[in-house]
Amino acid sequence: MDVNVVDVRHVSRRFGGHVALDDVSFSVARGEILGVIGRSGAGKSSLLRCLGALDRPDSGQILIEGQDITTLPQAQLVPLRRRIGFVFQHFNLLSSRTVAGNISLPLEIAGVPRAQRPERIAALLALVGLSAHGDKWPAQLSGGQKQRVGIARALANDPALLLCDEATSALDPETTTAILDLLAEINRELGLTIILITHEMDVIRRIATHLVVLDQGHIVENAPTLAIMGAATQSAVTEALLSETQPQVPPALRARLVAEPAPDGWAIIRLRLAGEAAWQPLLSLLGQQYGVEATVLQGGTTEIAGQPFADQIVSVTGYCAEIHDFLTQFDPSLKVLGHVPADH
Amino acid sequence: MSRLIIDLIARATWETTIMVACSGLLAVLGGLPLALLMVAMRRGGLMPCPPAARLLGLVVDILRAIPFIILLVILIPVTRMIVGTSLGTAAAIVPLSLAAIPYFARIAEVSLRAVDPNLVDAVHAMGGTRWMIVRHVLIPEALPGLVAGFTVTLITLTGASAMAGAVGAGGLGDLAIRYGYQRFNTQVMSLVVVVLIVFVAVIQAAGNALSNHLRHD
Repeated sequence: MDVNVVDVRHVSRRFGGHVALDDVSFSVARGEILGVIGRSGAGKSSLLRCLGALDRPDSGQILIEGQDITTLPQAQLVPLRRRIGFVFQHFNLLSSRTVAGNISLPLEIAGVPRAQRPERIAALLALVGLSAHGDKWPAQLSGGQKQRVGIARALANDPALLLCDEATSALDPETTTAILDLLAEINRELGLTIILITHEMDVIRRIATHLVVLDQGHIVENAPTLAIMGAATQSAVTEALLSETQPQVPPALRARLVAEPAPDGWAIIRLRLAGEAAWQPLLSLLGQQYGVEATVLQGGTTEIAGQPFADQIVSVTGYCAEIHDFLTQFDPSLKVLGHVPADH
Repeated sequence: MSRLIIDLIARATWETTIMVACSGLLAVLGGLPLALLMVAMRRGGLMPCPPAARLLGLVVDILRAIPFIILLVILIPVTRMIVGTSLGTAAAIVPLSLAAIPYFARIAEVSLRAVDPNLVDAVHAMGGTRWMIVRHVLIPEALPGLVAGFTVTLITLTGASAMAGAVGAGGLGDLAIRYGYQRFNTQVMSLVVVVLIVFVAVIQAAGNALSNHLRHD
């Protein structure tokens, strides 16, 4: 029995001479949250339209719950689309319907009898925390509330897969957090498989368990999020996308960095610790065991895909091979960024 | 003011109401489907067929280009076939409708085109059929604009119905011309103009109120 909800096999899509997707393959297991990230024009939208059965790839297969949607006749795509929930960047709510009316629409489309709809709508409103707002018009809601309606609407027909197209890009940071928490909660409680398409690495860091990095229609990374974040070397594209959310050496210090160790100076290192190691008081241990001083200049410990993850820029005095070996036990990807000579 | 004049005005108001209401109704029944077809057949529409959309647009424009008074005359055989006579209020409804259908179709087309294509996409992605998209997205979302456009159509019809006097259809415009203008009866003419102003103002106010009631954005 195939446990993958989505299997994308060698999918290519061209528009005239432009190659939007080139031999893209990946799969998503049930209950996973897959983040798909890339710059604009990387092929994210084309991929999403193909996954949502709104567009057909030129070659390759896309299996949703084992069914190849690229060969299905048009008439059978209509019921299939009802198995896929879509959450849009700009919400796309009908202004002519109330909040409850908007959530009712997919139920009407799927032919759910009138008598069964109110109960289902009430449950969905409760799930997204909008029970008191069913009779309001979309124009009366805030952006975050509109997106909650969008999510409730996408969940109406118990989809096998939730596709989120830049679902938080139009929201402010606080609302983004609330919406991501809601998606994570839905994922946990309903075991729903989610694909998030975004250009924001921060979104991926917070909730995606797996990550696909797209660049010019190619997949450049495809692995668990934590593995990509903690990897010693990343592709240039991934590195660039990560740099927005990674701690960086403070500019004043960066100007003073030299390649060679300096006597009485400090070493500046990037320390990344995944899992339980992130909680270890490593810098205190350094002080106790080697009698050196270590200070965090930037960064801290956060959570990625539900696991603790530390990403820090650290300065260490008296940096030597022993200290390096000690630290690489915990962080094989440890990188010495440079040395700062002592003042005067 | 004589009893006769009041009777004349009351009767003419009723005739104008009948002509405007009936041809207005037919304008929606004929014009809305035409507008939907023009929008759906455009490039990127629900059933794209740009040549057919262009052809339909051309037919609509030709009908709109013909002066109403000419339309009234060239349609006489058609009117006789449909209504049985080419004279009177009922007969005037045929040319009035035929003028109003393309007029409303163009106005409705503008409102339908203004519906956010992302909404169409959203319902398409939900598994909605073309008919569901028309029924649940295009018409409800465009409704405030359609009502405003219908209001304009009714007022244009009120003006056009004055010419229907040429086929003996009666109505307020006809009364103003025959009694007021041709017989130099300033009192009747002024009265009719006042009644027409009220008639138009009431239609506009009702249309605005309904359109605003339907608008939720």
